[in-house]
Amino acid sequence: MSIIDNINFVMPEITLFGFALGILVLSLFIRNKFAMGAIALAAVVTASLCLPRAGNSGAGLFFNMLSPDPFGLFFKEICLFITGIAILVSMGYKALKEESIGEYYFLLLNAAIAMLLAASSDNLLMIYISLEMLSLVSYILVAFLKHDPMSSEGALKYFLFGALSTGIMLYGISLAYGIFGTLDLSSISQIISSGNVNPLSGSIILVLILAGLCFKCALVPFHMWAPDAYEGAPTAITAFISAGPKAIGFAVLLRVFTNNFSGLYADWPTLVMLISIFTMTIGNVIAISQTNIKRMLAYSSIAQAGYMLIGFVVGTASGTEGLLYYIFAYALMNLGAFGCVVLISNSIKSDSIEDYSGLYKNDPVPAFMLSVFLLSLAGIPPLAGFVGKFLVFAAAVQAKFIVLAVAGAVNSVVAAYYYMRIIKYMYLDEPKAVVFAERSVPIQIAMMIVMAGVLIAGLYPSLFLGWITSSRF
Amino acid sequence: MHFPILSYIVFLPLAGGLLILFTPKKNTALIKGIATAVTAAGLALSILLLLKFDYSNSAIQFEEMASWIPSINVSYHLGIDGLSVGLIVLTTFLSFLACIGSFGIATRQKEYFFLYLLLSTGMLGTFAALDLVLFYVLWEIVLVPMYFLIGIWGGPRKEYAAIKFFIYTLAGSVFMLLGILALYFTSNPHTFNILDLGKTAGALALGSQILIFIAFYLGFAVKVPVFPFHTWLPDAHVEAPTPISVLLAGVLLKMGGYGFFRISFPLLKDAAHYFALPFAILGMINIVYGALVAMAQTDFKKMVAYSSVSHMGFVMLGLASMTVTGFNGALLEMINHGMITGGMFFLVGVLYDRAHTRELDKFGGLGVKMPVYAGILTVFTLASLGLPGLSGFISEFMSLLGTYPVFRTITIVSVTGLIVTAGYFLYMLQRVLLGPLNVKWAGILDINKRELFTLIPIMILVIVIGIYPLSALKYQISSIEALIQKIGGMSF
Repeated sequence: MSIIDNINFVMPEITLFGFALGILVLSLFIRNKFAMGAIALAAVVTASLCLPRAGNSGAGLFFNMLSPDPFGLFFKEICLFITGIAILVSMGYKALKEESIGEYYFLLLNAAIAMLLAASSDNLLMIYISLEMLSLVSYILVAFLKHDPMSSEGALKYFLFGALSTGIMLYGISLAYGIFGTLDLSSISQIISSGNVNPLSGSIILVLILAGLCFKCALVPFHMWAPDAYEGAPTAITAFISAGPKAIGFAVLLRVFTNNFSGLYADWPTLVMLISIFTMTIGNVIAISQTNIKRMLAYSSIAQAGYMLIGFVVGTASGTEGLLYYIFAYALMNLGAFGCVVLISNSIKSDSIEDYSGLYKNDPVPAFMLSVFLLSLAGIPPLAGFVGKFLVFAAAVQAKFIVLAVAGAVNSVVAAYYYMRIIKYMYLDEPKAVVFAERSVPIQIAMMIVMAGVLIAGLYPSLFLGWITSSRF
Repeated sequence: MHFPILSYIVFLPLAGGLLILFTPKKNTALIKGIATAVTAAGLALSILLLLKFDYSNSAIQFEEMASWIPSINVSYHLGIDGLSVGLIVLTTFLSFLACIGSFGIATRQKEYFFLYLLLSTGMLGTFAALDLVLFYVLWEIVLVPMYFLIGIWGGPRKEYAAIKFFIYTLAGSVFMLLGILALYFTSNPHTFNILDLGKTAGALALGSQILIFIAFYLGFAVKVPVFPFHTWLPDAHVEAPTPISVLLAGVLLKMGGYGFFRISFPLLKDAAHYFALPFAILGMINIVYGALVAMAQTDFKKMVAYSSVSHMGFVMLGLASMTVTGFNGALLEMINHGMITGGMFFLVGVLYDRAHTRELDKFGGLGVKMPVYAGILTVFTLASLGLPGLSGFISEFMSLLGTYPVFRTITIVSVTGLIVTAGYFLYMLQRVLLGPLNVKWAGILDINKRELFTLIPIMILVIVIGIYPLSALKYQISSIEALIQKIGGMSF
């Protein structure tokens, strides 16, 4: 196949980029949050219509840089969905100023492009470039409230941690090139399976690349940036970076380690298991004492990544399926939770958990929806989060990772406490003052979509399980 | 029979709850009407179920099955046998009465009745589910409405009580989830179907059975509650509003006991034999310790709450015996305790609504002012302390009788609990009804018609079962015999 034929495969990326440039030009004339958002949304919808069908010929595209497999397609679908919801939430987010709204959507669409590329990259260099593009865009988006010192601080921390860990990862990639003589993942995979790899150098490469990906997924000990970045960022962006880059981090993790480096990885489940246990425990324990909802949800999403990692540690087909389902469910419920935080902050002008008291009276619809999303995050059936937990725990029990399963179970109980605490403020306490609830149509539409997803994925998971099964390696 | 009667019984309350969500908040009469109609319909259907139930047959009846998550063999599978039919009727019966008892709820009625009906669906579903995943889902659904029902409409320490209940129960049930997964992966072919798992029970090595048994035990023991997991119970019972206390004591505690009957014992029979002695000891501790602590209480409701701990000990004791008599006693004790203690909580509520205190020492001589109340309270108290001729006696006696040949000393120690029980109940009667009238309550009114309506049906059943125990026992005997035969207990 010539490169010209391959162009079809990157049509979504090209479409997004075309729209992004268009937005940049149009923003010279129009500075309306809603109109610009509508264009950005149109870009995402068009891009998802252009998504290549999962015709897996196995042949790599663009000199094996990209691979047209169903696995990549799965993450492309999820990432476009996340971007779409993030745009809808941004359209109704009051704290976002309209003066530079064009740049905002331009960056968001570019983040989407980076995610689409990362999802199907089959070459370490391509992975590095697309992840770096995603990171750079995310840094700027986090700092988007430029008159807010919290926003700048969060972005700076995000940037410093990011620079350090991508540096480490790049070092690992350069070692890989030195040892294997190629950056193409499938060629490396063949070299590894032939058994001619020095275990020590193999391990060094593995740990270094793992470090970079741990940063993207906000796993312990590379999680420190997350609370500050999540708290400082515009909440619509928090919703986006808590779901999108994390999903992509796991996509790359699966593609590199489970699919290609499995020979090297065979010695390392214990390390990743410890990362998983520490991630969920630290995330959950610190979340308990938070007073700001965004910060609490930041620690909660660290903990959630710990549960997802269970599926990766196990490494079996059912583990991967559980992980994919969990990512799908997590994207739904986390977008929902942050979307509700935006809706509520529009009304009460605060992100402090104490100000949520009596929300059932002041702003009943977001209070109800937030409760459902929090219960789903806590893993209460019959909601999406429960099915995700169920599948990863099942994979752990099946592969006899009993310690991991017990750690996950104990952690879900700890987590239930702080999720219920928010619900307690909203429903058990009386309001301090009467506030006027503001309704934002785009966010409500987004929340209804996400809510339907959480309910359907919880009540009738079969609807999505087929899609998940056909998407794993 | 193609009418899916069990699905109707289980999901009718939920349908009513959703209907309530769409009624205007101000129209409380309509909301109460819907809730009452739905619970009454549930009761009527379950009576129909009881009439059509073939009690000479130990097999599963009214079975319904549909595929739910085919890729991991999860199905929507309902069915009942002698173990669950009584509990289903008990649940619909108490749901209906407690719904009438809820008319006094003065705030946020719409949310209250929605959550109440959701709770009802969860409880009924737990007793009807024959698929482990479905069982777990419905079991967990109970948690959320209960948290709100205690937390919003409860007493002064409601928030503490609600979260304590939630965390305790969740902690138990996540281990149960791991147990469910372990059962699934150790069965061949992999299945969540309780009946299929029961057929291959015993193929599993004792070591794995013990581990899985412990995982399930944590889930069930918290709910029963078995010492030392009982500390959530006094808090939750005392803080919950009256109708919710009735359901907590009447139905929720039985979910744990039912779990032992339906899952732990038939599916893990070797482990069950292995743990018989610890079960008996824990049962004994529950009986004696619960009774002693109840004796020390000055709060009426807390005393009744600890009496529940004590009574549930008889369920544990009966289970430990592995005899037909003991099992029959344990299962019947669950139903009898549900009715008697449910009634006791109603009676505490009646007094609290008038006096706004539950301190036993502050009452006295109320027998003069509230003669009807005094009569009913006396009947329920005597039933609760196990007076022959009332239902409580039958089940406690059977559970002791069944256990005696197996664990002699433990049974003898447990019987002392009965003496303490008689002591604290009579002491309570003395402090509330007898003695000089506390002038503060000179104007107190006797029980009203609505309250009578919630208590009289229970009282009738308590007397009927007490005089003619076979009226309740006949439904469960053949299933219990089949169960004992399967797990290899004594057919005594």
